[in-house]
Amino acid sequence: MSLKRKDLVSIASLAPDEISLILETADSFKEVSGREIKKVPALRGKTVVNFFFEPSTRTRTSFELAAKRLSADVINFSPSSSSVVKGETLLDTARNIEAMQADIIVLRHPAAGAAATLAKGVKSSVINAGDGWHEHPSQALLDLYTLREKKLEFKGLRVAIVGDIAHSRVARSNIFALTKLGSEVRVVGPPTMIPTQLDRCGVQVYYDFDEAVRGVDVIMMLRLQLERQGRALFPTIREYARLYGLTAERVKLAAPGVLVMHPGPINRGVEIAPEVADSFSSVILDQVANGVAVRMAILYLLSGANG
Amino acid sequence: MAILIKGGQVIDAGRFNGLADVLIEDDKVAAVGKSLNLKSQDKGQATIIDAKGKLVVPGFVDLHVHLREPGFEHKETIKTGTAAAAAGGFTSVCCMPNTNPVNDNQSVTEFILEQARAAGNCHVFPVGAITKGSEGKELAEIGDLRRAGCVAISDDGRPVMNSLVMRRAMEYALAFDLPVIDHCEDLHLSEGGCMNEGLVSTELGLPGIPPAAEEVMVARNLALAELTGARLHLAHVSTAGSVRMVRDAKARGIKVTAEACPHHFSLTEEAVQEFNTHAKMNPPLRTWKDVQAIKEGLRDGAIDIIATDHAPHAIQEKQLEFDAAPFGVVGLETALPLTLALVEEGVLSLEMAIEKLTAAPARVFGLAKGTLATGADADVTIVDPEAAWVVDPARFRSMGRNTPFAGWKVKGRVTHTIVGGRLVYESVS
Repeated sequence: MSLKRKDLVSIASLAPDEISLILETADSFKEVSGREIKKVPALRGKTVVNFFFEPSTRTRTSFELAAKRLSADVINFSPSSSSVVKGETLLDTARNIEAMQADIIVLRHPAAGAAATLAKGVKSSVINAGDGWHEHPSQALLDLYTLREKKLEFKGLRVAIVGDIAHSRVARSNIFALTKLGSEVRVVGPPTMIPTQLDRCGVQVYYDFDEAVRGVDVIMMLRLQLERQGRALFPTIREYARLYGLTAERVKLAAPGVLVMHPGPINRGVEIAPEVADSFSSVILDQVANGVAVRMAILYLLSGANG
Repeated sequence: MAILIKGGQVIDAGRFNGLADVLIEDDKVAAVGKSLNLKSQDKGQATIIDAKGKLVVPGFVDLHVHLREPGFEHKETIKTGTAAAAAGGFTSVCCMPNTNPVNDNQSVTEFILEQARAAGNCHVFPVGAITKGSEGKELAEIGDLRRAGCVAISDDGRPVMNSLVMRRAMEYALAFDLPVIDHCEDLHLSEGGCMNEGLVSTELGLPGIPPAAEEVMVARNLALAELTGARLHLAHVSTAGSVRMVRDAKARGIKVTAEACPHHFSLTEEAVQEFNTHAKMNPPLRTWKDVQAIKEGLRDGAIDIIATDHAPHAIQEKQLEFDAAPFGVVGLETALPLTLALVEEGVLSLEMAIEKLTAAPARVFGLAKGTLATGADADVTIVDPEAAWVVDPARFRSMGRNTPFAGWKVKGRVTHTIVGGRLVYESVS
């Protein structure tokens, strides 16, 4: 089985059965990560380039581990953001990498649409590892995998996504993924951080966290970009934490057995109370562990389509 | 030299609409009428054009183009930009001052006019800057600009944010009866934005420019025009709210005129899907509701004219990531068929459509253009209204290939463009 596509640039462009295929494929790779020798030869002889224009530890490391466990050769390439200033376009830089026979390019870039642009311009497969505020499809897929692993049914699942929705690619990818699969998605945040007409994307918009969290099965917290303070989006971190921070009291308002998720890195005491992050409800570290298996599945399925 | 254009439908909006011949002698219109004949001494060396089934109209007048020279000759030059104008049927264009250096003084204005004369493709009327360097602080020498040949003032894409400076500019311009143009954009509200703020920007995660970024400045400028009595011209109106405010202001007697661009009445924000940088311009493509409002404004006169905001860019510049790519699309070579589509759709009568491209823009800036009256400058465009063609950017005269209309099947083609009695463009087929 393989994906009938060259690239993975967005969840919006994936069909539900493609999502299922990725999640099912990740099952077998999850097993590999539990072995003593955590390696299979599936991508032997293939070259994967991690092409990261933004600092990232978690996602880059996760893709690197995924590629190595599949026996691919991995190159990490982190051009300084000044390369555009130097006059080389993203496409030119990528063509250079392609000329070195890269099979798969994993791109993290600050501009929305960068992965789509790159995918159109090169023959290599392109995986979007985050493009501006647009999408972060592998994050959404690993979130889905984590929910599925906890035996949750997507259909009818009540999920609250909380925080700075407007500037979050994680939120967008999860909204597109969960609504495609029939979940009931509530988004919560200050009105300044809810993008316009989001309700037309099939979600319910809330400004009051206590109201939104009632009865939900999953709470997905988003990282507050602390540098956004001073941009008139919220007055202070103190007030933000009071209104939109996940406390133990708020967890109690949710359905019994609620799962708490966070794409990391977390701001303890800001969007999530330390005791919640470390609680039994939290699956934050499961998300990280599953990230490797899901990314192995993505690399494997795309290399099949490509080769 | 004489040119006799025989048997076309002559549309000189507001003056004449019917089958007639047009006789050009030297650089003037000598006559419009039935069965005209060349003077005997002209026979033999005169050009006779058979215009049966064609429209014969005054050369189009575009109040809003960017010719990029001086300073950005890799995007366009005065020579290539005016060649594009002629190919699109435009015989007069008004070029914006956002060159490098900015056209904020007499010598830049003179340079532009000299380059335009040398190119000889069409008339060029420079627009001078409102403030020095278009920095929004000190007034440019507007009197000098006027004397050198500028026909209006604008700080274009760097709109005057300081309302006091704008007030003073409007007052000062009164002394020269110069129109003051504003690209209405509150730069705080639009900061970082690269497309309309709406459903598509939400889906794509692109920073948006809300309609209010335009509308608050339209409101401000209308208030200042009322205060000062200045001639205000609003560039590229893109929102339903702006159209409504202009309509109200006109009803109250404020001296305001407004333009709309073909892309703003032909496309919506949906064209940005797939991060298409050829659909990135400022103001951005809006929604269906805004498109309808612009059409209604064109129909009822709230919007006086059609202008292209022709904004060529180099290919590599538009290949950048969406937020890094520059704003702007070319428009001179596609304006005619997109305007005629409004006639097909029943929005405008044919005569109104021609007026929005000829007599109306000439009136807005007070140019002695846009008419076929006897003795007028012989700027004439001949159009085959039925000719169907496919927009192919590779065939543009403009150096810019940045059009969202590539591949569109359109109807209506310029067959001849005559500037000052000279045939400067003739289509090949």
